[in-house]
Amino acid sequence: MTDCAIPPSGDLSDLERSLRRPRSLFSWAMSVLTGAMTMAALVPLFSVLYLLVTRGGKLLSLSVLSELPPAALAPGGGFGNAIVGTVVMVTIAAALSVPFGILAAIFIAEFGSDSRTAAAVQFSAKVLTGLPSILAGVFAYAAVVVLTGGFSAPAGGVALAVLMVPTVLLTAEEAIKRVPPKMREAAIGMGATPTQVALRVVLPTALPGISTGVMLAVARAAGETAPLLFTALFSDYWISRSAPEFLPKAFGDLMKPTASLAVLIYNFSGSPFDNQIDLAWAAALVLVVIVLVVNLAGQLLARRSARP
Amino acid sequence: MSPQSHSSNGNGNTPPDLLIDCKIHELFYGKFKAVRDVDVQIKTGTITAFIGPSGCGKSTALRCLNRMNDLVRGFRFKGCVNFRGQDIYDPKVDPVSVRRHIGMVFQQPNPFAMSIYRNVAFGLRLNRYRGNVAEKVEEALRGAALWDEVKDKLHQSGLSLSGGQQQRLCIARAIATEPLVLLMDEPCSALDPIATRRIEDLMQELKKRYTIAIVTHNLQQAKRVSDMTAFLYVDTANGGRTGYMVEYDRTEAIFASPKQEYTREYISGEFG
Repeated sequence: MTDCAIPPSGDLSDLERSLRRPRSLFSWAMSVLTGAMTMAALVPLFSVLYLLVTRGGKLLSLSVLSELPPAALAPGGGFGNAIVGTVVMVTIAAALSVPFGILAAIFIAEFGSDSRTAAAVQFSAKVLTGLPSILAGVFAYAAVVVLTGGFSAPAGGVALAVLMVPTVLLTAEEAIKRVPPKMREAAIGMGATPTQVALRVVLPTALPGISTGVMLAVARAAGETAPLLFTALFSDYWISRSAPEFLPKAFGDLMKPTASLAVLIYNFSGSPFDNQIDLAWAAALVLVVIVLVVNLAGQLLARRSARP
Repeated sequence: MSPQSHSSNGNGNTPPDLLIDCKIHELFYGKFKAVRDVDVQIKTGTITAFIGPSGCGKSTALRCLNRMNDLVRGFRFKGCVNFRGQDIYDPKVDPVSVRRHIGMVFQQPNPFAMSIYRNVAFGLRLNRYRGNVAEKVEEALRGAALWDEVKDKLHQSGLSLSGGQQQRLCIARAIATEPLVLLMDEPCSALDPIATRRIEDLMQELKKRYTIAIVTHNLQQAKRVSDMTAFLYVDTANGGRTGYMVEYDRTEAIFASPKQEYTREYISGEFG
């Protein structure tokens, strides 16, 4: 491109970039503004992360992750039981909400897509996504705690499941609807029954999208505090102090108040004692890391699904 | 509304070499009358082509043959499709089992988002095939003239292949379960001329084992590959757009000496 065929002629200054022109100036100002707003939006996120790492990080150790919560002013201690409690309750919630959500999504997207039931369920799920989480707690309190006679891990699981179902359902429905119609057609053209189409073509193809939804729901549930206050309460002890010898006993142990990271943070952050406040910071860091890891896993799965 | 509105069949008395007798009296999507008066007989081991301008209902007619139109809401059908002595629109017939005997290859290559091997094995799994699946997969891929190109990457995604290869994969998938009939809905319209040529050569091979019905936009393709040709045209009278069959004959006859004026004009490129 060294010798252009056309020699320069006339005044070409209007082709050059200049900040004196109003259009260019406006463009520059808007670029700066959008950049600045993006930075401003990131400030809360990074200040929280910074505080968590500086104040919670210094306490982080294996003993903190594995020991029981300390009494006021007592040295050492940790929140191992809260980690276990959170994992147990989120697992219960996932075990309840994932089958519900996915089966309902299959109905809405695949079999009853034109029915009024589907439209009603879809609308209800959308409303439920905006449900204040404390109401899920109150619901589980009435439905499980009052019925079984005490605060328990399953009650917490039910409360979290109520929050998870709409997310799982709506993302799974979206993923199922994104399965190209031509693949469905191919399966039907081969003589696949509706069940075979759903189980062997639609679900495997939609699986990455569905797992993303489950991950997002799990991440949200792990961080919820309000519903657990009504249902699992808190405990200073392990769920099962003795190793579970057979199922009924283990189940019996589940039916007691159960610790969780979120409630531990809530309790200890209001404590007047420094050791408990420090533990709350460390627990907050651990919780954020757990949620972050689950979220990243979800993103990774979503990216894999975006590839053809 | 009764499917048995014609006299020549419905009781299992199709002549031995006649595989499909398709009589579409009227076909509706909702209130829209899409096709009328199609009458096509397909013999075992032949290739039958449906040609005609866009919107003339040739794909719709083809999809009648394995009840793919059942998926369309508001689909109503008057007529009958007799397949080996059984009217497949008889209420007691299960459309799913019809499709296991009458396979289909679609316009857009549509492999599943799974490996090449699993794509071909898909139909075998549907039928709970108990024999040697790997052997069947190889046989189907050889049958579709794809084996040499994919034998070293059977476990790569079917979507990683080129368009022409994907279409041959779809053909392999369709023939793995050894259907009697293969329906092809414009199988080459998304392919370049070289890939098209390969599919056409392949059809001549497939013809030895399967009966084929093909819809094509490409007149030369119909002339090259088919034994019989049905020409459909659109009737725009009364504001509708209803497709109907103008002429059905041996392919040489259709192209050399069409009996109908519309056919002659269409073949010679005077319209459409």
